[in-house]
Amino acid sequence: MARAAVLGRLTWKVAEAVEVVPETARVKTIRLDVPDWPGHLPGQHVDVRLTAEDGYQAQRSYSIASAPGGDSLELTVERIDDGEVSPYLTDELRPGDRFELRGPVGGYFVWEPSRGGPLFLVAGGSGVVPLMAMLRHLDGEGDGIAATLLLSSRSWEDVIYRDELERLNGGETRVAHTLTRSQPDGWKGYSRRVDPAMLAEVGPPAAERPHVYVCGPTPFVEAVASALVELGHEPSRIRTERFGPTGG
Amino acid sequence: MSPIISRGFRGRRREGPPDRVPPGQYVTDDFPVLSAGPTPHVPLEEWDLSLVGEIDELRRWSWDEFRALPGEEVTVDIHCVTKWSKLDTVWEGVPVDALLAGVETEAEYAVAFCDGGYTTTLPLEDLTGGKAWVAYAYDGEPLDPEHGGPARLLVPHLYFWKSAKWVRGLQLTSVDEPGFWESNGYHLYGDPWREQRYWGD
Amino acid sequence: MESLKLDGNAAAGLLREVFATEITVASGTCDGCSSVSAVGALVAYTQAPGVVLRCPHCDDVLMKVVTDGERVWIDLRGLRSLQL
Repeated sequence: MARAAVLGRLTWKVAEAVEVVPETARVKTIRLDVPDWPGHLPGQHVDVRLTAEDGYQAQRSYSIASAPGGDSLELTVERIDDGEVSPYLTDELRPGDRFELRGPVGGYFVWEPSRGGPLFLVAGGSGVVPLMAMLRHLDGEGDGIAATLLLSSRSWEDVIYRDELERLNGGETRVAHTLTRSQPDGWKGYSRRVDPAMLAEVGPPAAERPHVYVCGPTPFVEAVASALVELGHEPSRIRTERFGPTGG
Repeated sequence: MSPIISRGFRGRRREGPPDRVPPGQYVTDDFPVLSAGPTPHVPLEEWDLSLVGEIDELRRWSWDEFRALPGEEVTVDIHCVTKWSKLDTVWEGVPVDALLAGVETEAEYAVAFCDGGYTTTLPLEDLTGGKAWVAYAYDGEPLDPEHGGPARLLVPHLYFWKSAKWVRGLQLTSVDEPGFWESNGYHLYGDPWREQRYWGD
Repeated sequence: MESLKLDGNAAAGLLREVFATEITVASGTCDGCSSVSAVGALVAYTQAPGVVLRCPHCDDVLMKVVTDGERVWIDLRGLRSLQL
């Protein structure tokens, strides 16, 4: 049970934008100030609700990117071209703007150090966001738990948190990339869709009983989850978060 | 607490002529796909459409028999209870009047039943008189499975949850038995112009 | 459309408003096939007039949640039991 989760009915809180920071051409991180934020666990998400002047509302869920315990909450949002909410958050939102937020929610797709490791994190595109909260938490806590992230992105320019992942790679944390559409000159990494062979090469073996978290578009998550089961990982140790067609 | 207005947020909707947009609705150019479950895929050789329940005799059409019935093209506005409306949508379908032609019944309602288990109930009066079709084409193309293909009910004067996707038949009944959504909060009738979205509206 | 399938976790916010506790970690027993799953692992369809959660093994509807903003309607008929 999520320790940070507040028991009792959730209500919508007001979030104020502090800063909007580009990550890639289509992705931005939004730093928010949320008064009375109760804290959260890595992997949890929030529901964001926007209301227009005439009362029209739209709502979407976004995974929390920041590790627990920071001063501000961070959401990383990918701009979906014909989206309702994401273009507002990535293109329109300015520091000082406010919207409503409900959360943190989600006790299922959560990892905390007390669960132990090793961790095997598999992400498609913006599916890396909740897994980044886990890696940032691990980095901050220094728990010595082994973690592997396999991140599938379209190209090197599309890799979210690219520099930070380079910094995290090493020691107990290992980051592997596959770039499915285009690769930079001299690229020596993977350049195909995630498949059982790649998972077997990158991740801890099933015999180590890792905690596996898979996040990304629904077809990606389903293909990866099936592949992991094929490799012998226990279904009960695999947790999935499907982002649906919009990626969040 | 009334919701906080987010500066500059409009959403992706456009204005529509007020006499065509029911209260609380917003016009969209998309055709959103809403679903309560996985998309069924029934081979056409196995598909049939039936009229069952309180009628003189059961009727059933295979896909070929159904498609041999006279169809017509209609252009209608559709209104989803989730607040989007789409104007001037073009469909092709068999009028429900044609399916019910010659049927003798005392029933006042029909439960539309579908692949995947979805149901919705409507007064027979709202399925007849040129108000409803079993549609097999949208925008000049065979109806896409995600939009209810091979055939769906089309009842544009009511909220679109009544236009049951993947319809396989109508069960005629004297009882207004609540269907999938009507049994869990949604209005039994669903007139968009009276904004009958939920129980008690 | 397979991409409409999400996990029960996607409905966590709505379910928290209803159940007043984090329900995605509760275990539900499907009345149709008797399998047990965490609510967070159920198949969720949220692009609909309400949220529908289905058994990941047999696809039966386990939970329907509809809200008009003030009232909430919950249908739990498909669940034999829910363990919190």
